[in-house]
Amino acid sequence: MLALIKKELRSYFNSPIAYIFITVFLVLTGWLFFRSFFIANQASMRDWFSLLPWIFLFLIPAVTMRLWAEEKKLGTFEVLMTLPVKDFEVVLGKFLASFIFLAIALVLTLPIPLIISFLGSPDKGVIFAQYLSALLLGGAYLAIGLFVSSATSNQIIAFILAVSISFFFLIIGEPIVLYVIPSLIAPLFQYLGLGAHFESMGRGVIDSRDFLYYLSMIFLFLFLNMKNIESRKWK
Amino acid sequence: MTLLGVRIYFVHARFLNKQTLISVKHLTKNYGNFRAVDDISFEIKKGEIVGFLGPNGAGKTTTMKILTCFLPASSGSVQIGGMDTLEMSTEIRKRIGYLPENTPLYEDMDVLEYLQFLAEMHRISKNKRIPLIKDVIESCGLKSKIRAEIGTLSKGYRQRVGLAQALIHNPSILILDEPTSGLDPNQIIEIRNLIKDIGKEKTIILSTHILSEVEGTCNRVLIIHKGKIVAEGSPGELRNQAQKRTIIRVQVEGSASAVISALKELNGIEKVKKLESNESGVCSLDIETSEGLDIRKNLNHFFLDRGFELVGMQREIVSLEDVFTHLTRN
Repeated sequence: MLALIKKELRSYFNSPIAYIFITVFLVLTGWLFFRSFFIANQASMRDWFSLLPWIFLFLIPAVTMRLWAEEKKLGTFEVLMTLPVKDFEVVLGKFLASFIFLAIALVLTLPIPLIISFLGSPDKGVIFAQYLSALLLGGAYLAIGLFVSSATSNQIIAFILAVSISFFFLIIGEPIVLYVIPSLIAPLFQYLGLGAHFESMGRGVIDSRDFLYYLSMIFLFLFLNMKNIESRKWK
Repeated sequence: MTLLGVRIYFVHARFLNKQTLISVKHLTKNYGNFRAVDDISFEIKKGEIVGFLGPNGAGKTTTMKILTCFLPASSGSVQIGGMDTLEMSTEIRKRIGYLPENTPLYEDMDVLEYLQFLAEMHRISKNKRIPLIKDVIESCGLKSKIRAEIGTLSKGYRQRVGLAQALIHNPSILILDEPTSGLDPNQIIEIRNLIKDIGKEKTIILSTHILSEVEGTCNRVLIIHKGKIVAEGSPGELRNQAQKRTIIRVQVEGSASAVISALKELNGIEKVKKLESNESGVCSLDIETSEGLDIRKNLNHFFLDRGFELVGMQREIVSLEDVFTHLTRN
């Protein structure tokens, strides 16, 4: 599995994807944040993190769309799946590689909190919790994108579907949505919404429920992904 | 532990005695309503080079995908080295090197990176990795390209990388799906020689729709058509099977019409066909005889008696091509 993670990471950095992703991510979030940062005059990264669910919504599917779709298109899927490895190892390997890649991108944003702590005195605990929640939210997006990619050999379809599904899970917890749906399923939607958990964790409270929620989202989609890979074996 | 030891010994002994490495029984594969493989049974012995021959869409690739544990069979069983493909797929995959159709490769890696990745995926220990990689690079003739990006390689080299990929873990069985398709004639010969070389130590199954390929490389051929095995045997045996129909080609001095009308008196002739002759005053004829009859001597005497000068006579060898078209037409 380590070999697979290494290979996937190498293919990120061998291709322009990694550099484009990181540049766009840093420039876009940096610009949107610092535009209002000096006006707001608060030593907090809250505004920066509130951008992430929306930025990730489009950037992460761009990373995950090729992960399976390309293998299927090229036919390397067959080589990979006839190596003496278990299906779940391949799924997990691909996920972990993209997760590490995301972590690298987030590490590269560390100058922002450094600048803020140079200018003021932000709450370090809160920033830590916010980074953690960003990582988990990104992980959930990655798992969704990876799953969608396994269902098609067309990268464009993988991208659009991943954005749609991620968008669905992002907004279902929002008050507007909860207001219009039947009150019976409202609590379920509220719980399943990615956004609500992101915000509650972003306030600096590392709640085990949020943690568990993200882990189960990731687990669920990786599980579906594995079933999808195995579906070729259904008689 | 003892129990396990005994079991392993048992499997091994069985496999050595019978020498049967792959045994396929009543294999059927359906894709929805389409039956791609229809009740195929065959055995492959250790050290054989077996060719799957058949038109496109005959079920060769599907059979290979089942042998490599990529797809399960709809019914029937496949045993490799005494192990069932459904139960011990990981164990079997370790022993099989597989080159899928069209040689899929990771375009953005260089050759060495790719082979290293595969060696790691095969869990080959670190100190064994380097000699193994060196070996396949040597045997596949990739020395000059180890640092080349795979996406930039020519088709011939891609095929070599594909073979190296299949060989990296030193498997005892190689399964190659159309290993020479899309190559130029020189490359085909190179790859074919490479396969023959590898075949000295390993059991190889290859598929193709090019006939000369199996004639040149395989000891045994399975002709597959519409999911069924329609003929089986060595290239020579298959040729004999089709040789029920014998054609004798003669060159005789004189006019064709005179010779043809004279031949009507000879027994055992089914059909006489006039061929284009490139010598003036000499006619060339194809004489088809009734089943399996060799009338060359009779012909010789006949022409002598009638005063025709016979200047040439050959029995036409039926090519595998003829067998193939005969079996797979319609």
